[in-house]
Amino acid sequence: MESKNIQTIYVMWLREMKRFSRDKSRVIGTLAMPFFFLFSMGFGFRGGFNLPGVPQGTDYIDFLVPGILGMTMLFTSMFAGLSVLWDKEFGFLKEIMVAPVKRSAIVFGRIIGGITTSIIQGFIILIISLFIGFKIASPLSLILAFVFMFLIGTAFIGFGIAIASKMEDVHGFSLIIQFIIFPTFLLSGALFPISNFPSWIRPLSYINPLTYGVDGLRASLIGFSQFPLVFDFFIILIFDFVMIGLATWLFSKTEV
Amino acid sequence: MLAIEVKNLAKHFKELKAVDGVSFEVKEGEIFGLLGPNGAGKTTIIKMLTTLLRPTEGEARVWGFDILKQKNEVRNSIGIVFQEPALDTRLTGEENLDFHARIYGLNRETRQKRIEEVLKLVELQDKADVVVKNYSGGMQRRLEIARGLMHYPKVLFLDEPTLGLDAQTRRRIWEYILKLNQREKTTIILTTHYMEEADYLCQRVAIIDFGKIIVQDRPDSLKNTLGGDVISIEAVPEKRSFEVFSKLSWVKKIKLHNGIIDLNVDRGENKIALLIKIDQEEEGFEIKSVNLRKPTLEDVFLHFTGRTIREKEANQNERNKMMMRRRFRR
Repeated sequence: MESKNIQTIYVMWLREMKRFSRDKSRVIGTLAMPFFFLFSMGFGFRGGFNLPGVPQGTDYIDFLVPGILGMTMLFTSMFAGLSVLWDKEFGFLKEIMVAPVKRSAIVFGRIIGGITTSIIQGFIILIISLFIGFKIASPLSLILAFVFMFLIGTAFIGFGIAIASKMEDVHGFSLIIQFIIFPTFLLSGALFPISNFPSWIRPLSYINPLTYGVDGLRASLIGFSQFPLVFDFFIILIFDFVMIGLATWLFSKTEV
Repeated sequence: MLAIEVKNLAKHFKELKAVDGVSFEVKEGEIFGLLGPNGAGKTTIIKMLTTLLRPTEGEARVWGFDILKQKNEVRNSIGIVFQEPALDTRLTGEENLDFHARIYGLNRETRQKRIEEVLKLVELQDKADVVVKNYSGGMQRRLEIARGLMHYPKVLFLDEPTLGLDAQTRRRIWEYILKLNQREKTTIILTTHYMEEADYLCQRVAIIDFGKIIVQDRPDSLKNTLGGDVISIEAVPEKRSFEVFSKLSWVKKIKLHNGIIDLNVDRGENKIALLIKIDQEEEGFEIKSVNLRKPTLEDVFLHFTGRTIREKEANQNERNKMMMRRRFRR
């Protein structure tokens, strides 16, 4: 019984890896957006002026890269979670739902698979950013960044699974992108400090988990942040647990 | 032992009673068929028995396990081939089978042996490493049947196993189904709206219409209830000819549908001779064609529902179109 559930986690992960390695267009598609943001904003705001809220002497590119990294994690993770919808569309979800295994094992497998692909894509963005002038402080920064990428990934894959479980088909997909993914990204302080928002918008940023993810990445990679690193860590961790629980609960109630 | 036990099972979708209190039993080792037109509720029954849908009312046991309280045990005992494809088309045939085998907890040795076995059964060995996207419809179907068998299920559910396949592939799939029923002693429950499929494969069938079981029995006993042979006559004017035929003493049952009059008679070959002796001019009608045959399940369906399954389906399509139109108007 136990081993069957572990096998399930493994096989869900393996499936994601195989699909990922065979689907080049998906990788290019999801990486294109952060890549364009990185390039246009990175070069566009190079030197010249100082953004309020960013300490004197900090290059904008250094401020931007952790934000774009958070964005990459947000997009790839949400898409990984929402892939439940595609399984629904192509019928494969039925094969998964009739399997004699714990629903939580299926959800875990999906999360682990999604995180692996998301982190690979995040590191691709990180490597690209090195070529346009981003500097990583130390190996420890990389490890901390990895931890935060993992936490952000878990949160949004869980969120994606939860949403996909409640949706009937893929028709609402663009609504999710426009009304959930983009606002989450823009309100997270990925492109500019949230202290620049008027005070009535700021609460929206404070309830946005990506705010703490991006802040944590910034703390890890360039040593500058709005909140203490440990605070960021625990906020996302709590959010992770909530999302895993919600995803498992809604997924197990799915009828196909 | 009973492989499946269903009592008063019902599923309502808002006002629509998709399944309206059905009861039946399937014995161990049997091939049992749910026969009915599209939209009769067959797939909904299968989905409830395979734990994919929660019934509104009633109860059911599969291999002795309650479908509501022992979902995992039920899932462990069954294999399913769904009506719509349920393969991961980006994986190869073998990877699809391997995925399945692992989820069902087969160890490495059994996995490899079994994958080979089932691929051989459905003759897909040489396509094992091809990505499923590149399979034909028939090949995908066969792979799904192979997958359904991977974990030695006690009960195998086949939902319209040959829907949309050409006659040759259909024949082949019938042979696989019979083969695995005999070789592996798998209990099989299948849904179909092809009469000849039910007739050829099933030891017992239940005829379903509008979510209710109308009658269930062995195909040959069902056909025998109609008694003897069927003579189908095309004659004009319909009404007058119907009157004439219904007065004949040797006609056991008479039915008019779609411009064709069906007579149930004993020893049909003799009765055709009698038919010819009727003075058509005097009675005021004219026979256009006569056809004598042994009754099929189609006739059984006609007898119990008043229409053939094809007419039923045409009607269903019209109703669906009306509903769509209404929906769009809103």
